Amino acid sequence: MARAQIWLGLGLLVSIIGYLFLDAVGSWAFILTFRATKLAAMLLVGVSLAVATVLFQTITANRILTPSVMGFDALYAFALSSMVFTLGAAGYDAIPQPLLFAANLTLMSGLGLLLFMALLAGGRGDILKMVLTGIVLGILIRSITGFIQRLIDPSDFQTVQVASFARFTFVEPVLLGMAAAVVIPALVLAWRMRFRLDVLALGPEAATGLGEAPKRGQKQALLLICLLVGAATALSGPMSSGFSGPSNFFGLIVTALAHLLIKSERHATLLPAAAMIAGIVLVGGQTLMERVLHLATPLPVVIELVGGALFLFLLLRRRAV
Amino acid sequence: MISIRNVSHAIHGAPILHDISLDLPRGGVTALIGPNGAGKSTLLSLIARLVKLQSGAISVDELEVGKAADRVLAQHLAIMPQSLTVSARLRVGELVMMGRYPWHQGRPGAEDREIIAAALAKFALEPLRDRFLDALSGGQRQRALVAMAYAQGTDYLLLDEPLNNLDIAASRHLMGLLREMAEREGKSIVIVLHDINYAAAFADRIVVMSGGRVAADGAPGEIVNDGLLRDVFDTNAEVRLIDGKPVVLV
Ligand SMILES: Nc1ncnc2c1ncn2[C@@H]1O[C@H](COP(=O)(O)OP(=O)(O)OP(=O)(O)O)[C@@H](O)[C@H]1O
Ligand SMILES: [Mg+2]
Repeated sequence: MARAQIWLGLGLLVSIIGYLFLDAVGSWAFILTFRATKLAAMLLVGVSLAVATVLFQTITANRILTPSVMGFDALYAFALSSMVFTLGAAGYDAIPQPLLFAANLTLMSGLGLLLFMALLAGGRGDILKMVLTGIVLGILIRSITGFIQRLIDPSDFQTVQVASFARFTFVEPVLLGMAAAVVIPALVLAWRMRFRLDVLALGPEAATGLGEAPKRGQKQALLLICLLVGAATALSGPMSSGFSGPSNFFGLIVTALAHLLIKSERHATLLPAAAMIAGIVLVGGQTLMERVLHLATPLPVVIELVGGALFLFLLLRRRAV
Repeated sequence: MISIRNVSHAIHGAPILHDISLDLPRGGVTALIGPNGAGKSTLLSLIARLVKLQSGAISVDELEVGKAADRVLAQHLAIMPQSLTVSARLRVGELVMMGRYPWHQGRPGAEDREIIAAALAKFALEPLRDRFLDALSGGQRQRALVAMAYAQGTDYLLLDEPLNNLDIAASRHLMGLLREMAEREGKSIVIVLHDINYAAAFADRIVVMSGGRVAADGAPGEIVNDGLLRDVFDTNAEVRLIDGKPVVLV
């Protein structure tokens, strides 16, 4: 167990070093600042999604669900398309980046939270019902988004397309700081929940018996999930293939690998492992694609492909659900 | 003392429990018996706040269920629900250690480890300590769950059909352990049983439930007779006294 973590730490270190120093042409100072910002953004996004997925899987007691199943990326595409539709591409481009980012983050975290709470209240606290309704709502939001996109001027539509892919190409330090201001406190809170999460993972009856009210824990976890996914999505764009992507496989890959490598259900080991794997997949993957293989294929496409296969594998294997 | 006052309960409008008032005094083994669907599990779930109380009041010593802090109640009362599903993939040792959570809150100390070792020994789980829960037989799993409830170290222990899946040796062993805990450690144990002979042989007191009401309540010798089996269980089994204890001939 401890050994697996050392290997993960090493893997992450190698990925980071490779990312920062491989293939550098030109001024080191410039390249390093540029790359370090991008690196920080990738780590922030990766760790956020990894931790959010672990939390989500724990409170839903399901290993193949990820928060994006609930339509977070759909919300992003929806917000984006509505803004371009109402303001036009020029108007959209004119919005200052920090403002746009803040609006995106608030919208996604807020709407996500509202959605969770409404569904949880409507489903009498039945979390699986919440998930199913969420999936259906996600589909609804996607269709509305699709409809809006058809109304958008074709030339403006370009803007939507560009903005809806995960983009680590250019990250404003201001945005990075804003995201960090949300993500870091949320990560601290998630870490402090680690023992309670172990209890919640036993199921609602056992958790109640041990003095850990499941509803309260679920709500707190959902809040953290909304903040983490909201911030990550606002920073990077949805990590899936735009608005038509069925789900976000990144979180799934990361948690599946974490469970595979760490043979323990304890969140004190699971959370850091998932976070490190997220870093390795994103940073290592990017290094491999860009610096070693010199491929132009965007990383999310590869993640989607691998993730899709993994999703099927988990679905067909008995123990996964 | 667990004191139950005027507790009624309905699920989706259907009444399940009707105005139950019952005192379960401190110390000793109380067996809760009754036909399927009588409301035994519902009553136990209400006492252990697994299900929210709708009307009436329940208190465990000075703690009022629904008002007392969850953690404090968990230090006084442990429950093993009927057919508990544990979603996490745990080893037996880890599961039993989770029973200590109300005390260690995730950071087990030397004392917790000692108690776990004792609990594993008591329930003959030492050889299974590192086995995953889903790699156990039904009876072994049941034993692990009882051990977890025991490890919680509470004065009150509610067990819903702990003899499920246990063979005769394991059943007698478990009942013997429960008696011993009640006598030596002064624990109060409430146990739902279907085998009336086990109830008569090991319990100090039997509470009979039927149709959401308490039908009878008293020492085994006073309760278990042909009339009980006929009226409450609707079956014609003969009861004989052997060494002064009632035995149902099945
Ligand atoms: N979720 C539910 N929805 C509807 N009815 C329920 C529900 N849970 C229990 N009941 C009903 O409540 C009654 C009491 O159930 P309970 O589980 O308390 O019985 P029990 O005495 O423990 O029975 P058994 O010996 O079979 O375990 C039963 O008639 C049952 O059908
Ligand atoms: Mg029952």
